[in-house]
Amino acid sequence: MASVAAFRAMNIHEYQAKELFDKFSVPSPRGTVAGTPEEAVAAAKAIRGKGLVIKAQVHAGGRGKVTFKNGFKGGVHLIDTPEQAGEFAAKMLGETLVTKQTGEEGKLVRKVMVAESVDIAHEYYLAILLDRATARPVIVASTEGGMDIEEVAEKTPEKILRVFIHPLAGLQAYEVRKLTAGLGLKGAQAKAFGKLLTNLYKLFLDCDCSMVEINPLVETPAGEILALDAKFGFDDNALYRHPDIVAYRDTDEEDPREVAASWAGLNYIGLDGNIACLVNGAGLAMATMDIIKYAGGEPANFLDVGGGATKEQVVAAFRIITGDPKVEAILVNIFGGIMDCNVIAEGIVAATKEVALKIPLVVRLEGNNVAEGKKTLAASGLNLIAADDILDAAKKVVASTK
Amino acid sequence: MAILVDENTKVLVQGITGGFGGKHAQLSLDYGTKLVAGVTPGKGGQVFEHGGHKVPIFDTVEQAARETGATASAIFVPPPFAADAILEAVDAGMALVVAITEGIPVMDMMRAKEAMCGSSSRLIGPNCPGIVTPGRGPDSSGGCRIGIAPGYIHQRGKVGIVSRSGTLTYEAVWQTTQLGFGQSTCVGIGGDPINGTSHLDCLKLFNEDPETEAIIMIGEIGGSAEAEAARWAKEFCRKPIAGFIAGATAPAGRRMGHAGAIVGGAEDTAEAKKAILAECGITVAETPAEIGTALARAAGW
Repeated sequence: MASVAAFRAMNIHEYQAKELFDKFSVPSPRGTVAGTPEEAVAAAKAIRGKGLVIKAQVHAGGRGKVTFKNGFKGGVHLIDTPEQAGEFAAKMLGETLVTKQTGEEGKLVRKVMVAESVDIAHEYYLAILLDRATARPVIVASTEGGMDIEEVAEKTPEKILRVFIHPLAGLQAYEVRKLTAGLGLKGAQAKAFGKLLTNLYKLFLDCDCSMVEINPLVETPAGEILALDAKFGFDDNALYRHPDIVAYRDTDEEDPREVAASWAGLNYIGLDGNIACLVNGAGLAMATMDIIKYAGGEPANFLDVGGGATKEQVVAAFRIITGDPKVEAILVNIFGGIMDCNVIAEGIVAATKEVALKIPLVVRLEGNNVAEGKKTLAASGLNLIAADDILDAAKKVVASTK
Repeated sequence: MAILVDENTKVLVQGITGGFGGKHAQLSLDYGTKLVAGVTPGKGGQVFEHGGHKVPIFDTVEQAARETGATASAIFVPPPFAADAILEAVDAGMALVVAITEGIPVMDMMRAKEAMCGSSSRLIGPNCPGIVTPGRGPDSSGGCRIGIAPGYIHQRGKVGIVSRSGTLTYEAVWQTTQLGFGQSTCVGIGGDPINGTSHLDCLKLFNEDPETEAIIMIGEIGGSAEAEAARWAKEFCRKPIAGFIAGATAPAGRRMGHAGAIVGGAEDTAEAKKAILAECGITVAETPAEIGTALARAAGW
């Protein structure tokens, strides 16, 4: 498969994906989001279809098979009447559902979506991604929708169609025809697919997506072409020009440590280990996690404070790290290029005062203004373990937890 | 020799009046780099002064190039305007365009890269530490430093270094300095999924550079650029190579800081890349602390 350029940790809800589709005229089943049982009833009445489906809106996958803490089973239900929509909404809204992904804490359902349930004549696959190898968007399509596309690509590669789009010329009509013909679509369906694809490509560009994947894209017995389920990835470098997409962010669905980090402008990913690390630069941060593991420890996080971190950000980073009860020791590994080692040192001193650090702290400083940084640390009287290089640092921090 | 830049390269800085641009322009001047011009739209006619240097500021790259003869540009322009700055440098005929800026939208880079096709300019980055050809003075001063690398860790010598990550570049530089090997040129190609110069491009340049006796290639999870470079090296590279791949402990599907660092499939994990590098005759360092010693093993030093 083509590789995806840049995911954001931010996911969007199904009803938000539907909003984007509506905005760009990408046809999908009629549906409305509801926050109360009354709204669910109204939503069902507005659709006036004979078959309806009601779905809990959480980011976790496998919603159909979940169990709620109140004993109610299933986050996706087929229903027939508006009254039922109200009943099912009452059982899901404000309740917590548990899946493998959510762990025991589970996830609180705040919204449900009521949508028309569509009959399916055929399921297709359609995605647009940014392909890094060719540095251009690639449209991937297949007649084998509704299943794991990686598996289709592996077993029947001839059933995967790919068209690479010129970044400046854009999607051409012949490219649409090529895909339409490749999927075996004819007549009104071919026309409908072409329109959908053209609009989807516009959405992909206009929203700075790194990925939009529709699986399945369905053909109904009546010949309509509809996006039934979708996944989005956004380029977070471009979010500054998309306040509407930023507004889709639902921090209730994210790791609270990562939410706190993102408010502080830190690049943080929570893991399950016992040794926290604070590093400048993504490559060095990854390598520091690797070397902790190599030295016999388990990294508790990825944390890149970036090149221009302030003292305040370093303090925020310490607050997040030490707020994790699993963390037994901290490794600070800084090789300053942009980063001024003394800023880090001042941040460490301020942070350890503020959070009253009770666990071992190993510090390795090198690079820009390192002499001043070391002086600041020495003058503070802090009880820290100094390390000379990255392996020395990793060994010392692992030893401190034994 | 060395690659791409040397002590005579005339450099201009786009965004010289910004905080980072200005600070690193100062550090480059201190290092001895021939920094001859700055560009900030609307500030043409002003002068950037530092340590006795008076660097003229121009409104456009074209003016700066014409007046000063600069052939290389360092871009410190904020992300929303960076792709435009890159294309402006290309339009002005800069031989080398080094984009330091982090956070440029991928779509902007995709269009800029396509728009550069057919030009004779080479782009390094974006989201990169830049390029250094160390000098022969104290703490390697007197060389060409374009970007943000700490100068003193370098030493003029015989190792060519190419890396996606800035701070891992510094690790490799520092280790080869401490081991006394020194560097011919160090290139940070950047952590974004779409960049100008690849690992492979740098291997080819180092292969042809008489001063470079051995090469360090540092990569990370995501994409296939390291594998592509390794496969070329197996067949064509005449010089020993040591490699390191970061991200062995990174969970799949999570973006590890760099926009390009994400494990998407079986092929772009650290383990898979290390295996490919080893198959291609590259000596793979197990930890980032052993990059220098791995190189010594590879080169028989």
